[in-house]
Amino acid sequence: MKAENDTLELSQPTETHPYDFGITRRSFTKLLGGGLMFAVSHLRGSAQESGQRSHGGFLGAGAPNLAARIHLGTDGTITVMCGKVEGGQGARAEITQAAAEELRVPVEKIQLILADTSLVPDDGMTVGSGTTPRTVPAVRQGAAAARNLLIGFACSQWSLEPASLAVRDGRVIHANATSALSYADLARSDDAAKQFQQAIPSGIELTPVKEWKVLGTPVHRPNARAIVTGTHQYPSDITRSEMLYGKVLRPPSYNAKLISIDLTSAKAMKDVIVVQDDQFVGVAASNSSLAAKALQALASAAKWENVPGPKPSSKDLVEYLRQNAEGGVPANPFADLLAGAKSLRRTYYVPYIQHGPLEPRAAVAEWKDGRLTVWTASQSPFGVQKELARAFHLSDQSVRVIIPDFGGAFGGKHTGECAVESARLAKAAGRPVSLRWTREEEFTWAYFRPAAVIDAEASLDAHGKIATWHFININSGPNAVDTPYSIARKECRFIASKPPLRHGSYRGLAATANNFAREVFMDGLAAAAGADPLDFRLVHLDDPRLCAVLQRAATEFQWSERSKQKGAAVGLACGVEKGSYVAACVEVALDRQRGQLKVTRICQTYECGAIINPANLLSQVQGAISMGLGAALREEVRFENGKILNGSFAEYLVPRFADVPDMDIQLIDRLDLPSAGAGETPIIAIAPAIANAVFRATGSGVRSLPVQVPKTSS
Amino acid sequence: MDAPIGFTLNGKPQAIVTDPDRSLLEVLREDLHLTGTKFGCGEGACRACTVLINGEPTPSCLAPVSAVNGQTVLTIEGLERNGHLHPVQEAFLTEGAFQCGYCTAGMIMGVIGVTRRNPHATEHDIFAELDHHICRCGSYVKYRAAVRRVVDLTQIEKRRA
Repeated sequence: MKAENDTLELSQPTETHPYDFGITRRSFTKLLGGGLMFAVSHLRGSAQESGQRSHGGFLGAGAPNLAARIHLGTDGTITVMCGKVEGGQGARAEITQAAAEELRVPVEKIQLILADTSLVPDDGMTVGSGTTPRTVPAVRQGAAAARNLLIGFACSQWSLEPASLAVRDGRVIHANATSALSYADLARSDDAAKQFQQAIPSGIELTPVKEWKVLGTPVHRPNARAIVTGTHQYPSDITRSEMLYGKVLRPPSYNAKLISIDLTSAKAMKDVIVVQDDQFVGVAASNSSLAAKALQALASAAKWENVPGPKPSSKDLVEYLRQNAEGGVPANPFADLLAGAKSLRRTYYVPYIQHGPLEPRAAVAEWKDGRLTVWTASQSPFGVQKELARAFHLSDQSVRVIIPDFGGAFGGKHTGECAVESARLAKAAGRPVSLRWTREEEFTWAYFRPAAVIDAEASLDAHGKIATWHFININSGPNAVDTPYSIARKECRFIASKPPLRHGSYRGLAATANNFAREVFMDGLAAAAGADPLDFRLVHLDDPRLCAVLQRAATEFQWSERSKQKGAAVGLACGVEKGSYVAACVEVALDRQRGQLKVTRICQTYECGAIINPANLLSQVQGAISMGLGAALREEVRFENGKILNGSFAEYLVPRFADVPDMDIQLIDRLDLPSAGAGETPIIAIAPAIANAVFRATGSGVRSLPVQVPKTSS
Repeated sequence: MDAPIGFTLNGKPQAIVTDPDRSLLEVLREDLHLTGTKFGCGEGACRACTVLINGEPTPSCLAPVSAVNGQTVLTIEGLERNGHLHPVQEAFLTEGAFQCGYCTAGMIMGVIGVTRRNPHATEHDIFAELDHHICRCGSYVKYRAAVRRVVDLTQIEKRRA
């Protein structure tokens, strides 16, 4: 369970401003000490673990019975219900495949309802690459149970033994019989309703991998046509009758507190509703421009004061995070073994970065008879339901949260603040309100991937093998902090610090930082040992799966030949996280006069057990590499004095077509191994591979992200 | 009182009376309920909101609605003909060339804009236009495959002609 606990840590962002809009309104200051849905303290697992199986928790309670998972219509429709969300990572295709496989029907027969708290079971948050290893099997269990009921029904109808029957294309048939029974026939049977009220048996035998007909195939996203025609309604597209458009007044900086505000001029505007509830100030109007004008009037009538306290800037982060490391930074316990040995000591830095999903946070809230319905984007539908219930002092049952397939998350949409804000505006307006955050709001008031300071120190023995290893991650988290290399004496630890920005999950979480630092440090050690980086790694690896991806990537890339060429700007890196194995080789073109680099060749090998959808897996691997390129080349949130300095796509540069070369991807399909999720791990090798290519070409070691190319003076 | 603004929208005449400074994107989405065109950044940096104005790919978040008075506007909703997708939509669908799909409408309109401007457009020409667009899911490799499919189609049509 260790891996899951690691995932839990940081699975909820650090919380700063929990809303409370109840009858007994209290101040935010008092609330800060109050109970939140999840433990507010970041980077500690205990309280979150205790909520794992509960409603709204990390893993969810799952389907209490078969009826909660599958509905068979007497008209032949098959509806599957699941609490996961689709944000582009491919859950909709994979869960459809899971049900179709076990029900023995084509994927087109399955209607899949995702993430509507009134209709689906709580399958937990869509995080931690958990859908493939946990939800797909859970849905298969339910579908297999329904298939067994169909067989049982036929047995009773025909007085036959189950072994003589088979289900094909949604119908149970007997080898000698001309008649057949369908799921619609089962739905019409007297006992069906009662049978579906039973819990899903846990030990049902699932279809063996070698008999898969739907799983393991490249099924496209079922609602793809609605995407290319523009008819799919994302959360920001939801339109309700009489709906207004909202805006929320934001403080001028993180440290600011509202002292006073004159609402008069905004209230005087026609067709504008103004809301103030303690620190919350917002407007709703008949269109967004009008709302923006009203907001402008409010902004110019607001007085703020700065809350005293430290205001570190992004420039000072290395020192700040180190100084605030909880309990101090531990000394190397192997220090006395370093004397006389070849050793290396480095500090690495990884900045705050933003997820930047292309669809900013959006929510439409509608109140009716004291009940609240909200359409929004979140990776935690039941968590947002609880967040809304808490903010408005409602029962969970009075709140319905619907998550339409939305525009990207990457770990950045665990929360429901936009949902709460839209609900507050809608409550005041007495009409539905759509609130769409601006890009600036998304860059400022969402949360960030944490920055990391990583201290690494290691020594080599007389044979050039690593003798001691000391590796400390400050602030960003424990994922992949341990080394996959076999080293006799090692200490790998994560230490929390005092995060100056609200931080939370991200694709791969801290594995991005830890893998970057470790793999770059490995190349430094290889150089110190006079060894080739590939050979140096292989000597220290005894995990056959990691060896396999590393050797495959190196072979495909022709590492041995390419790396021997004079001045070759090639690098490699590998890693394991959440049960998936990855290795990347890259070639870069350096412009040392201008200090620029371009990645010209990417070769990555990926292995995550049995592949359940090769097309989707390829998309995830290509997408993660592209996103990793951004972090490697340019992405860095800069801030000063409680303000984000580059909160726009014009200033915060994410990868574009020209940055992303065609890729040589190898997916190893291990049909003998359980399937692991792949939304995150393919991101972790690209940045260190690029850094290692720069080191190889220039001799100058990269210590931080984004990678800086050392300029030549000429 | 605001004067009416008239333009051709997806082949049909459209008139609207509104604040002329509102963006075309906002009017399309909020007044005309054509939500296929997406908001991504509001500053023309991501091009999720691309529509064709007189055939030219344009970020509709930057265009005031008054600017399209008397002009022709095509959005993603105007591509389908009698239930048949536009060949560019078909190509994107066949390749599964998107993940979350939020940037897809803008990408498709960008590609169509380039091929309308220049029926002999190469993949290089199309990628030069698409470099203005952001796909945060990083589906660039599959988008590229879809574009190559489009270019192949136009080559085939040229050979036929």
